[in-house]
Amino acid sequence: MIPTKEEWIKALKERHGEELQQAFSSVTVAVCGLGGLGSNIAIHLARAGIGKLILIDFDRVDISNLHRQQYKASQIGMYKTEAFADNLREIAPYIELEAHTERITENNAVKLLQSADIVCEAFDSAESKAMLTNTVLSEMPEKHLVAASGVAGMGTTNSIRTRKITSRFYLSGDETSDVSDDIGLVAPRVALCAAHQAHTVLRIIAKQFEV
Amino acid sequence: MIKINGEEMNIAGKTLAEYLATANYDRKRIAVERNGNIVPKAQYGETVLQDGDSLEVVSFVGGG
Repeated sequence: MIPTKEEWIKALKERHGEELQQAFSSVTVAVCGLGGLGSNIAIHLARAGIGKLILIDFDRVDISNLHRQQYKASQIGMYKTEAFADNLREIAPYIELEAHTERITENNAVKLLQSADIVCEAFDSAESKAMLTNTVLSEMPEKHLVAASGVAGMGTTNSIRTRKITSRFYLSGDETSDVSDDIGLVAPRVALCAAHQAHTVLRIIAKQFEV
Repeated sequence: MIKINGEEMNIAGKTLAEYLATANYDRKRIAVERNGNIVPKAQYGETVLQDGDSLEVVSFVGGG
């Protein structure tokens, strides 16, 4: 039995306190890329009762995604945006979702991210990460960006950290482990970085800006 | 002196684009912070490094 919206909100307020929950529910967060980072970030944020998520990914669910990304075997072949919206609604039935099945570029980023208060960079490729970081921080200076770099391999969990680079730019990861060095990607290490990013988002909303 | 990624360098007068080229950075994978702000990529060529500047070049690696 799915709880009513009132029951849902009451439970969140009991966990987070009225003031914090009010803040969480009034914010829009964009998750750019719905892979190992983005799918985990979005689940954390949906559970926390974030008001609205903008989900952006151009790709479809592939069998090679299932070892670390929050999809089901039955969803192979579906667009990630569609599969993931289904999964999120099962977890958090009253969250507002806006999904875009397209590739984010320098040219469409401003339009796609317009209504976001906070942007999470959750791409796979280093070039895409740099492109989004430069575009958001140069062209949308009022937004906070929480990006990631360095999640590959079997390195220790303790090397994943979050740094504040500017007043609007946070970076999570070990900043060195590159997937192109053929060291693989394992679910917990990627999810750990995603948790860093999601918690940084919650801290920004709570006006706890220092790391 | 100019501080880049924590290291003091005597390169005042050079442009940011010149420094990035000599340091072998892949411009497609970086974001540059200078004195608390991100330098837009289009301004690398016209950004002249000055004594007292503090920069950080963030080099992204793949995986996510």
